[in-house]
Amino acid sequence: MLGPNTSSFVMYDEEFKRINLVIEKLLRDANAKVIFLVDKNGQLISSVGETEHLDTTSLASLTAGNIAATGGLAKLIGEKEFSILFHEGEKDNLHISIVAERVILVVIFDQRSSLGLVRLRVKKGSEELTQIFYDLAKKSEVQEKSGNALSPFAEITDDDIDNLFS
Amino acid sequence: MSFINYASREINCKIVYYGPGLCGKTTNLQHVYQKTAPDAKGKMISLATETERTLFFDFLPLALGEIRGFKTRFHLYTVPGQVFYDASRKLILKGVDGVVFVADSQEERLDANIESLDNLRINLEEQGYDLDKIPFVIQYNKCDLPNVTPLEELRALLNPQNVPEFQACATTGEGVFETLKAVAKLILVELRQGTGG
Repeated sequence: MLGPNTSSFVMYDEEFKRINLVIEKLLRDANAKVIFLVDKNGQLISSVGETEHLDTTSLASLTAGNIAATGGLAKLIGEKEFSILFHEGEKDNLHISIVAERVILVVIFDQRSSLGLVRLRVKKGSEELTQIFYDLAKKSEVQEKSGNALSPFAEITDDDIDNLFS
Repeated sequence: MSFINYASREINCKIVYYGPGLCGKTTNLQHVYQKTAPDAKGKMISLATETERTLFFDFLPLALGEIRGFKTRFHLYTVPGQVFYDASRKLILKGVDGVVFVADSQEERLDANIESLDNLRINLEEQGYDLDKIPFVIQYNKCDLPNVTPLEELRALLNPQNVPEFQACATTGEGVFETLKAVAKLILVELRQGTGG
């Protein structure tokens, strides 16, 4: 979807809202505690649910590491990737899946839900998310071609940069 | 690859510290962690063995402040330096925006530095990056030790492209922030030009 030569992964307001609608619905439908979306490089895209006591930045980075390591394992045995991972805990469980080949969807749930329900709802939600990320990629491409893709950093000065470190 | 989020007005960049085993990559991050104000940093995560050798990576999120209304965040990663962890190293380079090569200035590690730098170039190429084109700085660490290779020689062997370079002693913190600032600046300049990694 987006190769290493694409300049940046850009998220716009409109798609961000659409994404949040989908994962909020998924949170309710799957009876989940927390849902977050992470890009494969470990950047948190969005999170919903009981996130107050969660270090979502660390979770994002570790999830991406986990997916990367599992992806490496998959390649070693001749698989393209393992598209679903499930970690079972005493109380909370993690359901991790790949959406649109480049985004990781993480669902945290406890006994109020079940693996079957989560899998079912994730499947539905993933389809909607895939469409949004597809639209997003297209939008970025169009912006880039039309030359409107100027990053908000296009006009920063050396002083702006120096000020960050003062 | 930087992540620009217009919705939350954030920009996230990934910096990877690379280098041979025991050169001080983790120590660099630990120093940054210790010297950064609590509100500007997240938790530092180290996936290490029982003997504190990096097994997969260290991770430290930093918030540097705002530029033009955008929160600027840098995610610092280290790779495991030991030769046999190459598969893991490749994974961590995914989506990188800037690289710090931490060289071990001690004479007996000269070959290890050269080998690790070659390995960096090859692993980046596998991901579609060219080391000569991405933000890249070199740190000559452990410069306080008695048995170091002269700076000119290190420079000739490790830095023929003349990228920004710093002498450092990561255990005391000398040169650590200078190195980080230099690579962060290169990344921001790259973003300004719109060709960011």
